Amino acid sequence: MKTVIYCEHHNGKIKKSSLELLSNAATWGTEVHALALGAPGTLDGLAAELNEYGPHAIHFAEHAGLAHYSSDGFAKVVADAAKSLGAEILLASVSTQTKDFLPRVAVKLDTGMASDCTALTVAGSNVQATRPMYSGKCFASVDFSKAKPVMATIRPNALGMKAKKAGSATATKLATDPGTIRAGVKEVVAKAGAQNKVDLTEAERIVSGGRSLKSSENFKILEDLATTISATVGASRAAVDAGFRPHSDQVGQTGKVVSPSLYMAFGISGAIQHLAGMRSSKLIVAVNTDQNAPIFQKADYGVVADLFEAAPKINEEFKKLLQH
Amino acid sequence: MKVYVCLKQVPDTESKIKVAADGKSIDSTGIKWILCPYDEFAVEESIRFKEKNPGATICAVSAGPDRVVDALRTALAMGCDEAIHIALPENADSYLTAKSLARAITKSGTPHLIFTGKQAIDDDAAQVHQAMAEFLSLPAVTVVLKAEYSATSVKLDREIEGGAIEKYEVATPCVIAAQKGMNEPRYASLPNIMKAKKKEIKKVTLAELDLTDTDTKVSYSAMQLPAERGACKMISGDVAAQAKELVRLLHEEAKVI
Repeated sequence: MKTVIYCEHHNGKIKKSSLELLSNAATWGTEVHALALGAPGTLDGLAAELNEYGPHAIHFAEHAGLAHYSSDGFAKVVADAAKSLGAEILLASVSTQTKDFLPRVAVKLDTGMASDCTALTVAGSNVQATRPMYSGKCFASVDFSKAKPVMATIRPNALGMKAKKAGSATATKLATDPGTIRAGVKEVVAKAGAQNKVDLTEAERIVSGGRSLKSSENFKILEDLATTISATVGASRAAVDAGFRPHSDQVGQTGKVVSPSLYMAFGISGAIQHLAGMRSSKLIVAVNTDQNAPIFQKADYGVVADLFEAAPKINEEFKKLLQH
Repeated sequence: MKVYVCLKQVPDTESKIKVAADGKSIDSTGIKWILCPYDEFAVEESIRFKEKNPGATICAVSAGPDRVVDALRTALAMGCDEAIHIALPENADSYLTAKSLARAITKSGTPHLIFTGKQAIDDDAAQVHQAMAEFLSLPAVTVVLKAEYSATSVKLDREIEGGAIEKYEVATPCVIAAQKGMNEPRYASLPNIMKAKKKEIKKVTLAELDLTDTDTKVSYSAMQLPAERGACKMISGDVAAQAKELVRLLHEEAKVI
């Protein structure tokens, strides 16, 4: 099965989640083709990084019209590449970019796509995928029998990074035409203070707070703790609705669905809609004054305590541990 | 000038999900159905657009089983002018949903704008907005926090990773998919709820759109609930002891730090 993997890159580096996908594809015994898009002359430096994960071929689609992201331009180029390469499977890791343009690719290829998969295996011509629904309240096995090519996006951290596998593919340039770009990005504006922070959806560690934090200023104690352990700060819907945090920090069914290695919930009672967004975290810690809070039913470690006392103490202990 | 808002009816976020006897769909017993929260922002945005552009007619469109008429009534009560219900079976995929919406819109009249939510909170596929736009050969911008409308174009802010914003300017007609925070949806007033009950909801069958139930690409062969976690280990002692023990467990037992 010829598998084409769309590899997203920013600032001259392939996204970790794209490499994670390549590292898994290398174990499937299929023919793996890595595909990257960009302006002419900007992609050559990516080949070495891609070759660490052993793709059979690397394809660069270069065009001046691809210097900035556009859903219509990227969709056309990826669909054209999938056709010309004869892709039987087309995969990408989930990001705000792939979520945006891949549905158009599916229509152009007259196929269906399973988005946000948390499990994916390819064995011979058999593709098995599982995707969460209702924000992870249930999981569905996908039937691709009518989808040719098979298309799926996979969540970061879901498959796990596999061992590197040295490859020596020479990057080939594809004939590329993004067509008329109607919805192209004019400018990207970073959120103040958000530089270098890993997004919640890709974070390895998350420290989240609920309405019990009482104010946006009080989130400082969670930010301090997050800094110590290189975590990203999240919040419950109650805290977001109360105006303590922006919606982009919300974890839950109407916010972000996250799957970090460590999720620490401070003063979050555990409404169904919050649990749905974080239950696939590998390890969950809950700190709450109410020992009957539903969050403790989903947690691995529970601490019944006032978060205002506990968070600084836990931070101190982390600092002690990490100094050694 | 015709403005469309595409919406879906979904289980309330507080709903407990159970797998049905067939093993590949959910048991709808006891589920409270609501207008998808992201589509509510889309409905609100369309009404605000009309308030500034009184010549506009807002048509709410939903594809799904008969129950979705209630979600269309909610949209009418909020201020939409007319509604189309596309009769689509439960569990239709994003491909067929998008194709049926695109065809119903084409039949109903050329759009100036099409609003919808950034995703439906049931299947969480987040595909219909862009797929529908592709079927209609229209540009689309998704996860939109802000839109400024002029006669022939729209300036849009789209949210990406880390809360950063991509800025767009797109010519109309186009598809706009709303993110939470785009506006504050209004509650329908009682008189408007009463009036909405009398408005006609036009029903369209798949056959009228030259489509069939089997025009899907992806389906689900099984559904299951997530595995339950083991019991929570409660850490006792005073706060200092709890903090110390927690960090020890995270380091030595769970090995996540």
